[in-house]
Amino acid sequence: MGVEQKLGDMGVVTTTLESVVNWSRTNAMWPMLFGLACCAIEMMSAQAAHYDMSRFGMELMRASPRQSDLMIVAGRVSKKMGPVLRRLYDQMPEPKWVIAMGDCASCGGVFNNYAIYQGVDEVVPVDVFVAGCPPRPEALIHGVLTIHEKVKGEKFKDLAVK
Amino acid sequence: MDKKLEPIVKAVQSKFGATFEEFRDEVHLFVKPEQIVEALTLLRDEQNFELLSALTAVDYYPQETPRFHVIYQLTSITKNLSVQLRVPVNGTSPKVPTVTRVFGSANWRERELLDMFGIEVEGHPDPRRLLNPDDMEGHPLRKDFPLGYEEPQFTFNFDEIDLRKPYAKE
Amino acid sequence: MTQIEEVSLDQYKHLVSERALTGETMLLNMGPQHPSTHGVLRLLLELDGEIVVNCIPDIGFLHTGVEKNMEAKTYQKAEVMTDRLDYMNTMGNNLAYVMAVEKLIDVDVPARAQALRVILVELQRIASHLVWLGTSGLDLAAMSMFLYCFREREQILDIFELVSGQRMMTTYIRPGGVWRDVPVEFEKAVRDFIKVFPKRIDEYETLLTKNPLFIDRMVDIGYLSKETALSYGVTGPSLRASGVDWDLRKARPYCGYEQYDFNVPTRTEGDTYARYLVRIEELRESLKIVEQALNKLPLGPVRSENRKFVPPPRSEIGVSMESLIHHFKLWTEGFPAPKASIYSAVESPRGELAVYLEGDGGPKPMRVHMRTPSFDNLGVVPQIVKGYLVADLVAILASVDIVLGDIDR
Repeated sequence: MGVEQKLGDMGVVTTTLESVVNWSRTNAMWPMLFGLACCAIEMMSAQAAHYDMSRFGMELMRASPRQSDLMIVAGRVSKKMGPVLRRLYDQMPEPKWVIAMGDCASCGGVFNNYAIYQGVDEVVPVDVFVAGCPPRPEALIHGVLTIHEKVKGEKFKDLAVK
Repeated sequence: MDKKLEPIVKAVQSKFGATFEEFRDEVHLFVKPEQIVEALTLLRDEQNFELLSALTAVDYYPQETPRFHVIYQLTSITKNLSVQLRVPVNGTSPKVPTVTRVFGSANWRERELLDMFGIEVEGHPDPRRLLNPDDMEGHPLRKDFPLGYEEPQFTFNFDEIDLRKPYAKE
Repeated sequence: MTQIEEVSLDQYKHLVSERALTGETMLLNMGPQHPSTHGVLRLLLELDGEIVVNCIPDIGFLHTGVEKNMEAKTYQKAEVMTDRLDYMNTMGNNLAYVMAVEKLIDVDVPARAQALRVILVELQRIASHLVWLGTSGLDLAAMSMFLYCFREREQILDIFELVSGQRMMTTYIRPGGVWRDVPVEFEKAVRDFIKVFPKRIDEYETLLTKNPLFIDRMVDIGYLSKETALSYGVTGPSLRASGVDWDLRKARPYCGYEQYDFNVPTRTEGDTYARYLVRIEELRESLKIVEQALNKLPLGPVRSENRKFVPPPRSEIGVSMESLIHHFKLWTEGFPAPKASIYSAVESPRGELAVYLEGDGGPKPMRVHMRTPSFDNLGVVPQIVKGYLVADLVAILASVDIVLGDIDR
């Protein structure tokens, strides 16, 4: 009852600006192709027909950082690749989010040695970590839905501080 | 040892004074660094060993002479045989002549040898690091290079490792 | 972190032609992150208009330090790292390492385990060729190939999950045999796949093999002669498409391959189209091997009885004291290996995958070197790409079938 009912009959919807902006950001988030190693194959499987990721809005994978807003770091990041990763992250326009997919991107995984960053959060700030070696496509989709939840809860005043 | 391999081993032994040992029907021939280019050319042209399957090295660290053994694994497709040549190299300023003129695949494999072990390859057309970043110090596959192991974080040491870890700022 | 760096030409001066130094040709960076380079590979191209004059690959962006890391673990625990090298051929990597360990410590493998190994490795070969077909179709803008190939691959990954619990990095093949016996649904799942797959290969062939656009882009591109291939150490389908009949499954049979009847497809043209045809034929041959192995699957144990090296099955541990002690010693200390070295090779979908393993009397390997096929296959690409267009470079890279995990280890 109340204002929404009466206005809804006349074709008017009331909402807050934050929820509209967050809703539009989640429903068409385009990931950037950043498949490095084995997790990239599971990411390709998640994009293929069996476990389809385009039902969640991730229709295309853009190779260019200027045209994407989500970076899925899939695979192990070596010391030679670190500066490249940071440069690509800096080239993405705001707003941007990062999913660290797999054990090697989250914490170094099986490889605890001189050549691999122990966790990609030593290079870029990460929003969601997805565990698994490699994570099943359903696990990656769960990670994507978690990022959607996080984005839906974002408030403008927190973003303005950045 | 395979019957067809015996005359080949005898030929290499007599020409270069090489010793050999056998383990589970594999043959390892020991040659000196100066002789390796000639030995490989002989095996490739006269004995039809067309393929250089592998070129790598082993580090026997506390032992200084010889410290490295450089290993050349050759395969013959026409005769279906394989033989391994080992070159012992000393620890102080290790050097080995290049075999890129004999086999083209040695180009990248010797660059990897330079990168991982620090074994200098004389006459190589492109002596740069291959796998590690260009500004890295040290040679990872030597035994005195540390592994770079990071302690796993359990509850009792979580905070101290957390403070040491270089997290990325925005 | 975001300042522009001046990249000097000094380190590449000896590799590019003189025309680059005067500015006549252009140096273009096909960077580590690129949709068509099949992984993190950086190519420095010297271009005269659209024609490639020189191509300098820069690798090492996925260097994982596996060989050094395996020296710090026991033989059983180090096997986990071998899966993740060539991530399209995980069962094959496991097989190569495990065969090397078995040769070093001289342990026999029962017949049922050999047959299971053959079935799984051939299914893995089919899965790897399907990904190659899908991604090269994607590179040449045939997008529907990607979706079809991944549909078949899901069926194979379901079989792997049935057998070991994991889709890709299974570590199912272990020294002495396999991890455990296959469940009862395994045979039905494999037979369903065998029934469905031949029609699918015919579907792929109708889409691509006689397609005039495909033929235009693939015939007479990237010619690899026999002498260049042998000198550069190329093995696998690329060598067989250049006229050399060398397949380790026929020349030096392992794991009981001599019992199965199959052909090794060879072609003499040496161009991209020949490599494509060789791999499509290999899909059919692998399916034949899987069917024969499944029909002949013998009954018996799946693990060796030698308890000094192979852990006992869990059911025995509650009953026998010796089994408990063997299990304890194997998992806390590991087994000692002789002070010797061996070199053992298998045929992976990309070529000769070999392991050089040296023991030193203790439970940890002293040196493990993986001789990976994509390393040499990529080393020959600068030779076969000269004089073609940039679009042909993409087709050539797709046909050579490299996996960066294999190259950078």
